[in-house]
Amino acid sequence: MLKVENLYASYGAIRAVHGISLEVAEGELVALLGINGAGKSTTLKAISGVLRPIQGSVMLYGEEIGNRKPEAIVKKGISLVPEGRDIFGGLTVEENLRLGAFASYDRARYKEDLEEMFGLFPILKERFHQAGGLLSGGEQQMLAIARALMSRPKLLMLDEPSLGLSPAMTDQIFELIVTLRERGTTILLVEQNAERALEIVDRAYLLATGSLEFAGTPDEMKRKVDLTSVYLGGDEDETCEVRL
Amino acid sequence: MIDLEFAINTISLGSLYALLALGLVFVYGILKLINFAYGEYIMIAGYAMYVLGGFGYVPWYVTLLAAVLFAALVSYTTELVAFRPVRTKSMTAMLVTSFAVSIFLQNFVLITVSPRARAVKFPPVFSQTLTIAGATVPVRNLLIIGSTVVLLTLLTIVMKKTVLGIAMRAAADKFTTTRLMGVPANLVISATFIISGFLAGVVSVFWVSRSASVDPLTGSMPLLIAFIATVLGGMHSLQGAVIGGFVYGLLFNLLSIMLPATMISYRDAFMFVIVILFLLFRPEGIWRKGYTEERVG
Repeated sequence: MLKVENLYASYGAIRAVHGISLEVAEGELVALLGINGAGKSTTLKAISGVLRPIQGSVMLYGEEIGNRKPEAIVKKGISLVPEGRDIFGGLTVEENLRLGAFASYDRARYKEDLEEMFGLFPILKERFHQAGGLLSGGEQQMLAIARALMSRPKLLMLDEPSLGLSPAMTDQIFELIVTLRERGTTILLVEQNAERALEIVDRAYLLATGSLEFAGTPDEMKRKVDLTSVYLGGDEDETCEVRL
Repeated sequence: MIDLEFAINTISLGSLYALLALGLVFVYGILKLINFAYGEYIMIAGYAMYVLGGFGYVPWYVTLLAAVLFAALVSYTTELVAFRPVRTKSMTAMLVTSFAVSIFLQNFVLITVSPRARAVKFPPVFSQTLTIAGATVPVRNLLIIGSTVVLLTLLTIVMKKTVLGIAMRAAADKFTTTRLMGVPANLVISATFIISGFLAGVVSVFWVSRSASVDPLTGSMPLLIAFIATVLGGMHSLQGAVIGGFVYGLLFNLLSIMLPATMISYRDAFMFVIVILFLLFRPEGIWRKGYTEERVG
């Protein structure tokens, strides 16, 4: 459903992503792995329209969306849960969710979706009228995911959902990702925690310094890539080692 | 010394300044731009009243309403024509643009109308006084309080209960994330300029009615007051702006009655001393809470 080809993106003069190509099929759970600064978040930002790609194409169901504004792309069905959760702290949980449904609001559907979110995240029902900023880190992450789901996305992109969470809460978030995938949501996941991510995904891409190093199934990746060298900086030039 | 008359007049002045500051902070909240053309929306509404009043057969309430709506329209137009094209550029470009818009509007009326002040007709009710429990109060002051109560209530409902209002509050906090929800950036920004212009229009009715005249520089004093009020109250929230407006009104009236007659002409100097003290010791204003500093890009 999503096809990214030869994508280039940068922050001003600093080129962060050069020539990445990737694909996500309907119903798949795909991970983008790599160390800090590898270009994972930048790729997600370029797909969601927050960052305009310099070159390359982003296609959703065969339609080019690479030059659209973020508000148009979410209406097309791609929803991003930004890094660091980015919930609206001054708004209540209810208001956060209401904005999440902005892209495709329908009164009857909204009620339905709210009930569904309460099923997935019972805590949000308890905190419904509280300010988002008063929630704990894990609860905020749940709110951010629920907010993204309110637009009924065809593709859900999660940027480091486990960042800064306790191990127990990380487990909960990973379980949730599996649940969502079983419900039929297509997911593109960015994670630092490669070991954990490889346990649950169908396929994974490995990025290093802005370009694609490896693509394949978790098994292939575990076999051919020395992940400890990727994350612990085994190589001096900071690219990873691929054993072929 | 502090009696009912003082209380009503202070609340009235504070109300006017609160609306004034609110209009400035509305745009600041979203764009992080101090719109120096804000005073010109007030001035333009004054000229709208002058032109419509000059026809003689337009009922006064139509004139006032049209002037308020015209201020909103001019504010919206400046957003569309001047601010939107430079929005993603540097903050300096936005700031310079706001000065350009201000100078343009001032010179526009200067050329098309006159550099001299023009008399604006107001209904007699604006110059009448009323006696409440022994206190003599201008009807105009009661109208200001009434309008402010109605407007603040309406704005609170809009900001809390409508999805556009929720989106505007969200955008003031995190603009990019709000767009990721599917909220169009242009919609939110246009809405803030329209509300800001509308508030400027309402302020204009009462501001211009004090002297019943308007000139090309009418907007500079209200802009300054709005700016000072937001410094006092806090730039980062709508509540701060309202508080700042009332505090400014209170301080101003207190200085007016407490300063000896020989010092009264230094009232503004005292006001500025207070502002400097605020900038030194509490630069974030009275109301600390509020949104972050993310720029719209």
